[in-house]
Amino acid sequence: MRVHVNGDLREFRDGSTVAELLTEIGTTRQGVAVALEGEVVQRGRWAEIVVADGARLEILTAVQGG
Amino acid sequence: MTTESTVPATTAEPLRIGSYELDSRLIIGTGGASNLSVLERALVASGTELTTVAMRRADVDGGTGVLDLLRTLGIRLLPNTAGCRSAAEAVLTAKLAREALGTDLIKLEVHADDRTLLPEPSETLDAAEQLVADGFTVLAYTGDDPVIALRLEEAGCAAVMPLGAPIGTGLGIRNPHNIELIVARAGVPIVLDAGIGTASDAALAMELGCSAVLLSTAVTRAQDPERMAKAMRLAVESGRLAREAGRVPRRFWAQASSPPR
Repeated sequence: MRVHVNGDLREFRDGSTVAELLTEIGTTRQGVAVALEGEVVQRGRWAEIVVADGARLEILTAVQGG
Repeated sequence: MTTESTVPATTAEPLRIGSYELDSRLIIGTGGASNLSVLERALVASGTELTTVAMRRADVDGGTGVLDLLRTLGIRLLPNTAGCRSAAEAVLTAKLAREALGTDLIKLEVHADDRTLLPEPSETLDAAEQLVADGFTVLAYTGDDPVIALRLEEAGCAAVMPLGAPIGTGLGIRNPHNIELIVARAGVPIVLDAGIGTASDAALAMELGCSAVLLSTAVTRAQDPERMAKAMRLAVESGRLAREAGRVPRRFWAQASSPPR
């Protein structure tokens, strides 16, 4: 399946969860948050939420600013 | 013989924003620093206890350097919604910040356009209402309009943060009377945010009655950020003391300060 991750279309194994996607991408777990289709996915649910083909996933972290 | 002054170097009253208490009245933004080591020295010199960070897309190799630094220094995080153009975007960014950083503090800013970076008042107010209802401690960036400032307080914001001048301009406080008007009827802390160029601007903000000052560019892009951070710390303390001391009224004609002959 293909998922839009931070705007880039990427290939993943069908039926992957949010947690599996993060592992595949290699994102650090600390200080990040995930939105799936514009809704926040709480950290505790990363391992259970399955991502659909064509979904839009945003991974955000804190950077210098403001 | 000298007598020790009993006036405290800093005012004893802490800054209260929602349920948070801070001894420092200087909030620093981390944007613009050339590297983390410069930023670290500036933050330490400023004495700040609350520092802003922005939320951005995590890149694959993305370091969390600024977060590690702030944790090491024991400085509380104030995530912002900078870059958001609508209430919906700002609300989602705030929720992501809460999830990522484990704080209910949010500096709400919704910019109207890239050239002025001025706050969009109706979107800001809309987002403020939604975030307050969701349990956030909202610090709202706003223009220097006393009416909007009051509306944001009524919406439940924990602090209202009027600009002195547009972000990054260093033009100081362009309408001091408006800031005084905002302060005069505020029931929550007023934090002067944006436009500070140098120490006298920060002192003026406090003399006008602001509860705190938020600045970044003035320090991070100064030729010597650490020295400027120290200057800002002293300016905020001086301005606060002067406000509490009560300045003399302005007079048109001279008034002799020596007794008449």
